[in-house]
Amino acid sequence: MSELLLRAIFSENLALAYFLGMCTFLAVSRNFETALGLGLAVIAVETITVPINNLLFTWVLADGALAWTGLEDVDLSFLTLIASIGVIAATVQILEMVLDRFFPALYRALGIFLPLITVNCAILGASLFMVERHYDFSESVVYGFGSGLGWALAIWALAALRERVDESLVPKGLRGLGLAFILTGLMSMGFAIFSDLQIG
Amino acid sequence: MSQQNQPLIEPIVAANPVTLHVLGICSALAVTTSMSTALVMSAALIFVLTFSNAIISLIRHHIPKSIRLIVQITIIASLVIVVDQILQAYLFDMSKRLSVFVGLIVTNCIVLGRAEAFAMKNKPGSSLLDGIGNGLGYAWILLLIGGVRELFSAGTLMGFSILPLLEDGGWFTPLQVMALPPSAFFLLAMLVWAVRSLRPEQQENVSTIENEEGAP
Repeated sequence: MSELLLRAIFSENLALAYFLGMCTFLAVSRNFETALGLGLAVIAVETITVPINNLLFTWVLADGALAWTGLEDVDLSFLTLIASIGVIAATVQILEMVLDRFFPALYRALGIFLPLITVNCAILGASLFMVERHYDFSESVVYGFGSGLGWALAIWALAALRERVDESLVPKGLRGLGLAFILTGLMSMGFAIFSDLQIG
Repeated sequence: MSQQNQPLIEPIVAANPVTLHVLGICSALAVTTSMSTALVMSAALIFVLTFSNAIISLIRHHIPKSIRLIVQITIIASLVIVVDQILQAYLFDMSKRLSVFVGLIVTNCIVLGRAEAFAMKNKPGSSLLDGIGNGLGYAWILLLIGGVRELFSAGTLMGFSILPLLEDGGWFTPLQVMALPPSAFFLLAMLVWAVRSLRPEQQENVSTIENEEGAP
């Protein structure tokens, strides 16, 4: 379990090894404070949606999963995609309402990022990987949290770096986006070092 | 360039979705370990983008504003499922290699971005062209990066040997790093650099972009 967690955070980092959520990753990493909010929002949504999608897949969508209702031959797995994105959109909406009602300060901090997250491929990607790799329920909780944390760590680090390098003199064409790619590439190398890590 | 063809031509270089708007990077980098995966992925994206743009544009007057994102995502997701099922039926190996990335076209920002920015405001005909144009703009970048990575990591292009490998009696030693994620970032950085050097108006002025948020 701890190996799965570490893999999800480092060597199989959604942003740096699978390039997921890159659009938001690059657009929102220009200053550290916004990156902090987005990172927290991703951790929260990821930890909630991956297990929910896991339950949905195991009990409704997978081949023969509807056996408990008496429908043994039904295979709804082709609906996985649309069901996952539905769950994500709904979760984000509910989370937004709950935060607004009970934690207004946090809601204001995360505010604009929550709707953005619906179309963040890191969230959908984690759910699809969970299905593809046949994680069970407890594994999917760990994986959801780990992959969210990994993504958040990556964007925090990049945002901190970009605040520094934005001040430096680089060739004009490389400013902004180009340099962000190079930094991400270097970070990706760093995170890949953990791929040989063995626990216990 | 005639006015009519503008939505088709412009996104290919001048307003390229990847290098200018930073959209659709997620999949652009992940599937470029070889040229064939990049080709299939591009074809899938062009298909989805063209039809989602056309369909959304057709029904743009009937979509209530408050639920338009859900409607758009549902249309896009349905198209992606079609592509996914076709790939699984006829190109099963390819669909295994592309893994979850075909499914992730749903959240590809290019598709939703064009639906929101162009198809909701324009006629079906030009939306269709806009879809093809943006798809092609995405495709050539994918193919270029995929080609370079495959050439230097395995000495092949589309599976055909171009640079004879050392172990087969040739002279080329494969560069392992080209097959790994970091190389994709570096190549894209250089590509962005090249495009922006040729077109200085796309360069970012760092001090003024501080408070500007990019597209989703």
